[in-house]
Amino acid sequence: MNKFLLPLGIFIVLVALLAVGLNLNPREVPSPLIGKPAPDFSVPRLHAADQSFSPKEMLGKVWLFNVWASWCVSCREEHPLLVEFGKTGTVPIVGLNYKDKREDGQRWLARFGDPYLLSAYDADGRVGINYGVYGVPETYLIDKQGVIRFKQIGPITPEVLQNKIIPLAQELNK
Amino acid sequence: MIPELGHFALMLALLVTLVQGVLPLLGAQRNQPQWVALARPATAAAFLLVLFSFLVLTWSFYSNDFSVEYVAQHSNTQLPTLYRISAVWGGHEGSLLLWVLMLTGWAQAVALFSRRLPEAMVARVLGVLGLVTFGLLAFVLLTSSPFERLLPAVEEGRSLNPLLQDPGLVFHPPLLYMGYVGMSVAFAFAIAALLAGQLDAAWARWSRPWTTVAWVFLTLGIALGSWWAYYELGWGGWWFWDPVENASFMPWLVATALIHSLAVTEKRGSFKNWTVLLAIAAFSLSLLGTFLVRSGVLTSVHAFATDPRRGIFILILLAIVVGSSLLLFAARAPKVSLGGRFALLSRETLLLVNNVLLVVACGAVLLGTLYPLLIDALGMGKLSVGPPYFNAVFVPIMLPLLVLVAAGPIARWKHAEIGPILRRLWPAALAAVLAGAGLPLLAGEWHAYVALALALAVWIAAAIVLQTVERFKTGKPTASWWGMQIAHCGLAAFVVGVAMVSTYEEERDVRMSPGETVTVGGHTFKFLGVHDVRGPNYVAARGSFELTKDGKPLRTLYPEKRNYDTSAMPMTEAAIDAGLTRDVYVSLGEPLEGEAWAVRVYFKPFVDWIWGGCLLMSLGGLLAAADRRYRIRVKQSAAATAAAAGATA
Repeated sequence: MNKFLLPLGIFIVLVALLAVGLNLNPREVPSPLIGKPAPDFSVPRLHAADQSFSPKEMLGKVWLFNVWASWCVSCREEHPLLVEFGKTGTVPIVGLNYKDKREDGQRWLARFGDPYLLSAYDADGRVGINYGVYGVPETYLIDKQGVIRFKQIGPITPEVLQNKIIPLAQELNK
Repeated sequence: MIPELGHFALMLALLVTLVQGVLPLLGAQRNQPQWVALARPATAAAFLLVLFSFLVLTWSFYSNDFSVEYVAQHSNTQLPTLYRISAVWGGHEGSLLLWVLMLTGWAQAVALFSRRLPEAMVARVLGVLGLVTFGLLAFVLLTSSPFERLLPAVEEGRSLNPLLQDPGLVFHPPLLYMGYVGMSVAFAFAIAALLAGQLDAAWARWSRPWTTVAWVFLTLGIALGSWWAYYELGWGGWWFWDPVENASFMPWLVATALIHSLAVTEKRGSFKNWTVLLAIAAFSLSLLGTFLVRSGVLTSVHAFATDPRRGIFILILLAIVVGSSLLLFAARAPKVSLGGRFALLSRETLLLVNNVLLVVACGAVLLGTLYPLLIDALGMGKLSVGPPYFNAVFVPIMLPLLVLVAAGPIARWKHAEIGPILRRLWPAALAAVLAGAGLPLLAGEWHAYVALALALAVWIAAAIVLQTVERFKTGKPTASWWGMQIAHCGLAAFVVGVAMVSTYEEERDVRMSPGETVTVGGHTFKFLGVHDVRGPNYVAARGSFELTKDGKPLRTLYPEKRNYDTSAMPMTEAAIDAGLTRDVYVSLGEPLEGEAWAVRVYFKPFVDWIWGGCLLMSLGGLLAAADRRYRIRVKQSAAATAAAAGATA
């Protein structure tokens, strides 16, 4: 046996390990907010500055809470999916327009479609801080008791929607 | 239109590197001078094309072209111009393009500064570099083109991660990449030598300056990253054993071993196989680092956007590049002669111990870095390996290295005697013991750990002084001799910094209202209050702290808490009063009720010695690489190798 093949052997083991590792998701660590009541707030609505919105209004319903902004590129990526999903009427979607200009947010929805029951308007990002928003978009699935059951960081992909959000929402709706 | 030109230039470069990678290599094997002659022009063309495409991307950033998706995601109009430029490498696609640019740049440098090398050797080296470039360019074009359009364009970009908006980060990635990519030159020389079947002293001498320069860049890049983390993250730490840090540290350890082993191969003709293996390993670890960072298999404080498709591509690239190199190694290594014999006690043995220790240290870091992945892959749960593991394993491996570093340069090649070494080093040993016993008392309490570290540092420094005195008796030392001594001095300074700061640092986390004071390490901070200031793309709460020592005012420090317009995460800008023997460091935490704030103050003795030590090491490396013996033509040996090349071909 050629002893000089040893480095190659070690390397092959290493590559195999890395290949397995690629199929694992190290970020799949439960968010501290999962299983906790959704933080309460009261902010104006995007389309009606004189009306306010609070998550309490949604008690008794399973709903999706989606943080978005007109300046956010990934939001545009996920938006068509949300518009489609909104049409199915599985669960109501509430938007949180985050650190945005009111006109920009309204124009953006007019242009790309509005899947939201309503959008809350979080001009200075205070609501986002309570929800631990790091980047936009982020999405929360909240149950009838107002408890966060699922959190997606970054855009929702078709797989996440099909395999995670829809089954969980249907189960919670039972 | 302009971004498409950049994209097109990259595609052309892909074709050119294919030519650069295939024809010169075949030409060198089959003795076809016309194919060999293609190496230099193809290298230059690839470099110019990639440079053009990089400039195009830079222009897109400069001119705020938000129809380019990459620009829209990493820049906006509020961003100051300097950061708009550095945002080019603020994301995955741009950093890869920078990687490729540097790779072609190194190849171009080899093409320019290799007039004295045999043409076949140059062709092989440039060919190997061409193949590596081809792989990376394919990666850029297929999975991560920075020129993808976003249509219709957005009106405003998303901006650069505020953490990255800092002068330190303008230079940290380019330096680090220069080091990573520079290892490809040592790698290419090693593969070229294996292909030619000429693992000889001439090969080692050619690779040495290139390897040393790449090592200097790597050292500077790591040091700058550490310094940036120290003042930007606001935790006062300078090294976190984070996977991304480890990814840059592992090639550094192996490259350090390589520099020393190349010395043996050049001077004595020994360790050839080992040296080649190290050269392959150093570049493989650079590629592995890129894989770990870019594929997202490990979690890290450096949260890069990750994409599993890219991970698979890099893994395949890694498997091909490293796998084929190791296969070539296995095929050629058995035929390589052993070189000069040496006794149990000799400079060769000491350098071998140095190599083994560095490689074992690298293995320990690799194990700790990949262990979470291994456990996860075996389905045994999720865990993270932290500083306790690394400190417990790494420090004991380094201790014998620090003892031997003083003896290595004194020991004779081939056969050394223990008597003369001890006779020459006993003053250094005495100084070390005295320093270990006495110096820690000056700093405060006596700790065995500090005593040991200071004793070792003084041992190294005193040995250098003794050698310098002796050396001047026998004539003027060369630049590379000075380089070695200065780099070893840097190591001593680094040890002092690490030991002092980790033992005597003081940290206080307090609630302060305006007018209150807090004292650490004899320095008193008086909190004067916080007011708002507006920056180009952020609003900051700026605190004012009056710093006094023994009642004497030193200066006023202004730490900031910045809220960038486009990010939810507030950024901490620490204020530091730096000094030769200590840093004092203040950072703002959270606002509390009224005008009170949570404030962190640190007293960090000798912390700047850590980076000072790295600077000395780099300076030493530069001096060594600039030694004139790499530049003068060694007529006889060049003629001899040319003849040998003719004979084998």
